[in-house]
Amino acid sequence: MANVTLRSVRKTYPGGFEAIKGVDVDVGDGQFCVLVGPSGCGKSTLLRMVAGLETVTGGEIDIGGRVVNGIEPADRDIAMVFQNYALYPHMSVYNNMAYGLRNRGMAEAEIKTRVEEAARVLELSAMLERKPRQLSGGQRQRVAMGRAIVRQPKVFLFDEPLSNLDAKLRIAMRVEIRKLQRRLNTTSIYVTHDQLEAMTLADILVVMNGGQVEQVGNPLEIYEKPATTFVASFIGAPPMNLMSTRPEEIRSQLAGSNAADAGIVGIRPEDFVITDETPAGGVALPLTVEAIERVGAETFVYGSREQEDQRVAATPGELPPGEVIVRIPGTQAPAIGARIRVAAVRAKLHLFSGDGRKRIET
Amino acid sequence: MVEEEGFRRYIAHIILWIGIAIVAFPVYLAFVASTQDNAVIANGQMSLLPGGHFFKTYYQTIFVGTSGSTREPVGHMMLNSLVMALLIAVGKIAISIISAYAIVYFRFPFRMSIFWLIFITLMLPVEVRIYPTYKIVADLHMLDSYAGLSLPLIASATATLLFRQFFMTVPDELLEASRIDGAGPFRFFWDTLLPLSRTNMAALFVILFILGWNQYLWPLLITTRDDMQTIQIGIRKMITTTDALTEWPIVMATAVLAMLPPVVVVVAMQKLFVRGLVETEK
Repeated sequence: MANVTLRSVRKTYPGGFEAIKGVDVDVGDGQFCVLVGPSGCGKSTLLRMVAGLETVTGGEIDIGGRVVNGIEPADRDIAMVFQNYALYPHMSVYNNMAYGLRNRGMAEAEIKTRVEEAARVLELSAMLERKPRQLSGGQRQRVAMGRAIVRQPKVFLFDEPLSNLDAKLRIAMRVEIRKLQRRLNTTSIYVTHDQLEAMTLADILVVMNGGQVEQVGNPLEIYEKPATTFVASFIGAPPMNLMSTRPEEIRSQLAGSNAADAGIVGIRPEDFVITDETPAGGVALPLTVEAIERVGAETFVYGSREQEDQRVAATPGELPPGEVIVRIPGTQAPAIGARIRVAAVRAKLHLFSGDGRKRIET
Repeated sequence: MVEEEGFRRYIAHIILWIGIAIVAFPVYLAFVASTQDNAVIANGQMSLLPGGHFFKTYYQTIFVGTSGSTREPVGHMMLNSLVMALLIAVGKIAISIISAYAIVYFRFPFRMSIFWLIFITLMLPVEVRIYPTYKIVADLHMLDSYAGLSLPLIASATATLLFRQFFMTVPDELLEASRIDGAGPFRFFWDTLLPLSRTNMAALFVILFILGWNQYLWPLLITTRDDMQTIQIGIRKMITTTDALTEWPIVMATAVLAMLPPVVVVVAMQKLFVRGLVETEK
């Protein structure tokens, strides 16, 4: 049971590369914090700094009221699940879980109780004598989880633990991790690049980009009110449509209030409807249907706008200029090449400053 | 096509058998000679079939030795060779795995310089530095001792490099998991790295044991006492006789006996040896 607080944490590598440029995050007791961002954004580095596997260049890392900057990983009272699991290949499942406890000089009887309890929870009881190479990917993943929970640490650290699993298993394990964390009520920090995992697991979501925190908050809050265009296009799939407000067709519709300051307007694919009406203060766009994807429950329409758009701030997951994605119910499907008109109401528009770094509330 | 396949196989097998015969015939001849009477061999009338002196010759070889030239039973020579080969193999593995561990896992000043220094010694085998090495061993009063036989041959750049390459393939996460599990450098080495290196050590042991067993020049230089002779030196001494007939059956029996321990080691450790050379899964 512990809070984890990062106070202006920095990491500069000897070569001068600044991997973490001052991060402040506060994870409450028992909360599940997810660090999400594109590869190279520093999220894994930050997690490894919390674990003590990377040194801290500046700032403080505080676990349960104790600054741990100079403390060895083993003495931080944390447990970590690695992306490749890092199981000891020559040890049985039982010994993999017991190893950390033995190194702490725990009595063999207590170790047995803890390992058997963890194995029961993770449905590994029948495999305690096997070696890691005799297990499937999902089972290895569970052993890695077991090794973390037998320690009963203050904090769990997860470094993309599901990325080596196939899609189906990933969803199942995602749910299991969440249930387990709820039951044990252990503070957790979880790194992923998968925004869906991030949305479903997090109590607190930390969106990172280029070594900095873009936004911290409740996942739905971030989804509904992204602070920057980066967050807007990174969270949500398919990504939010971002358009410059400069073209006359959009500017004229956005008249009034402080919309004049906005340089970029964002609209989520699901907020569009196909209609001939123009909602007051909203945006209506004529589109030519380029492609459609029917996935059953919904249909994604890829349309191009009449007028070529100028490129908006470059962010990952961004659409090519002039392309708009619209999500409509699965029962509908316009023909390719058809000309349609889509509109979004004023309340569904996200306005950003011209550089995409600031959200403008209306 | 099928006939041609069969025909090709036939040819291939003939070639293989010829190869085997070329390699095996001298060995067979040595064995046959060791079972014949010396007078028959000296007359130049040796048959190609084993003779009737097998037990007599081998008993005399192992427990008595030649009557003139070596004055030492071959059994004792084999013991000397065995001790030397084991010391060299085990010593080399122990020293090189520790130095490779230091080079791969620790950051200390001049780490790379030390690595290159070790690397450079590849170019300086015993034959090149034989005089200074002899001088050192002599000054340390290690002539005619097992220490003198084995110590100078123990330092090994090859084995250090091999372990270094292997350690670099071990995922970093294993070390990190160990650190989180509270294992210090010694525990990580003992509990994780050593068991993972098992097959590599076995492969090295086979190679190094044979290397040690076949040493000739170094033991020849530093052993003078009869009871410190190794078997390879013994064979050489048996052949050169000044005023007596060379006891060919005993020489040949010694040669056959000298071949046996390497064969035993290879056969016993074959499985691990092959795994150590080809294994990729960590």
